Amino acid sequence: MIYQGKQKIWSEYQKEIPADGWFYVRSCIRQSFFPASEKYFLAVCRDLLGKDIYESEHHTTCGGIAYHCDTIPQETAMTIVARQFALMKEAGYKNLVTSCITSFGNYTEILETWREFPELEARIRENLWKATRREFDKPEYVAHASDLVYKFRGEIAEKAVNRLVDVETGRPLRIVEHIGCHYSKMFPHKGIGGAEYPYVLSGMVESWGGEVIDYPERRHCCGFGFRQYLVKANRGYSVSNTHKKFESMEPYHPDAIITNCPGCPYFLDRWQYVISEQTGKTYGSGGYGIPVLTYEELAGLVLGYDPWDLGLQMHQVAVEPLLDKMGVKYDPDAKYLGLNKKDILKPGLPSVLKCC
Amino acid sequence: MNYFEELSKDYRFKEGFHTCINCGTCTAVCPAAEFYKYDPRKIVSIVQTKDNDAIEKLLKSETIWYCGECMSCVTRCPRKNGPGLVIMALRDLSIRLGFFTESEKGRQIYPLTKALNGNVLGYGYCVHPATFSYADHPESGPVFEWVLDHKEDVYGRLGANYRGKGPGVLRKIPQEDLDELKAIYDVTGGTDRLELVEKYSRAKAEQMGMSIEEYTQYTFSHCSPGHFNGEE
Repeated sequence: MIYQGKQKIWSEYQKEIPADGWFYVRSCIRQSFFPASEKYFLAVCRDLLGKDIYESEHHTTCGGIAYHCDTIPQETAMTIVARQFALMKEAGYKNLVTSCITSFGNYTEILETWREFPELEARIRENLWKATRREFDKPEYVAHASDLVYKFRGEIAEKAVNRLVDVETGRPLRIVEHIGCHYSKMFPHKGIGGAEYPYVLSGMVESWGGEVIDYPERRHCCGFGFRQYLVKANRGYSVSNTHKKFESMEPYHPDAIITNCPGCPYFLDRWQYVISEQTGKTYGSGGYGIPVLTYEELAGLVLGYDPWDLGLQMHQVAVEPLLDKMGVKYDPDAKYLGLNKKDILKPGLPSVLKCC
Repeated sequence: MNYFEELSKDYRFKEGFHTCINCGTCTAVCPAAEFYKYDPRKIVSIVQTKDNDAIEKLLKSETIWYCGECMSCVTRCPRKNGPGLVIMALRDLSIRLGFFTESEKGRQIYPLTKALNGNVLGYGYCVHPATFSYADHPESGPVFEWVLDHKEDVYGRLGANYRGKGPGVLRKIPQEDLDELKAIYDVTGGTDRLELVEKYSRAKAEQMGMSIEEYTQYTFSHCSPGHFNGEE
């Protein structure tokens, strides 16, 4: 009976994700800091799994960061999103997949608010018509890109070239997962596993052979805080929150961190560099940091893609300790080559954090 | 003006403000409260009193600007309040009334408004490498200094369509689409908001004896002591 009870509870946290037919919208942060993650998400879905995912060149930001920095009115943010929905309708799609957790939260918040206040939806329709002469249908389903990778994690595992296992010892790699606040803290029923048992990343890690670490501050914010990072004077908030997480996960010796939101991997990567410069402390072994990857990057490594094609050279924390544990083959001399293998020099080295 | 009535018109307030039982769960889980002199329980409690003078003090205070809008409080409130949503409504009203220039953290709305909306209307995205400067972001590390010095090469090597035509990573957004975004700003109050922030910020800069360029840099980078827990 108890088992059935748990099964029943768990079923409430599941999502029936449509298998195909998606209108894709990009992320301000992911394309700027992890450009190859977006490229490989589309490549895996389209070329490897044969899915129909369409991108219109006319789509834009959802305005989520400007909105959560309180710089635009709510109706402006809603009408920008309504325009994305109009582009989706014009392209003949009904399911929207977004590359960003802030966007996912924004789309979800807007649809839920319209459901509760239909007069507001009517006003946004009017706004959009006045501004652009466009009309929209609400999507039947809004997914975050990681929801699709989660859905297809088994297919990816079947095609795996590398697994999340230490090739020397056979030990499953210890992975910290960080799902990002706006994935399910605002609307828990919209995220796989909800806010209590988020499973979107854990499911990938388990399918690909790794072991998920549970640690006290697992659900704590990465520290982005919108204005708390974007304004230079406020970054103490941001690094302090990241520091709190790293102090909490350190005793569990993570081999890597996998992230959901496009901002979180940037902060969890870069603040390790800043903490090392400020305090001399590093969280990996041998003076390295803990590699922080997007779910697309981790999927790409599992599928055997070249780490430098996946953009892992754009990280400040060296990924080589993880590559070596997984047995991923790579050419160290090719890491920092530019377009057409052009020599574009190499980045400078941090004074504390060990890099390759 | 009756501030409570004004807040009650905001949909985020309608969603996020019900009856607060002052349990303090929001403060316990809040990443901002951990480091800043910030207590969302107290803020919701003050709003709940409907005391106009007390709410005006909030609208002019530092404290409403400490929240990171992570919405961790929304998950945990046993009464389905959203203190983070109440904060968004308070900030919106503070900006509309020009009260945001009364606090150091509130004045940061100016550089944020300029940078983010400049990106949205100029590049179609809130953040863009073309306007991301290493000097403003030394925490992005030597690796990103290298990326920014070799944008076309690094993004091109990774398959981006950097400032190119058609779809793809970091493509150039067609002018007709940027024009539509501007029209949306015009119709929905976004443009008015930008002008309002500009007007109040210029007046404050003059009052502080600064040019608008100096004010932008100062509000972006200066942090006075006293914001963090345990600081005098």
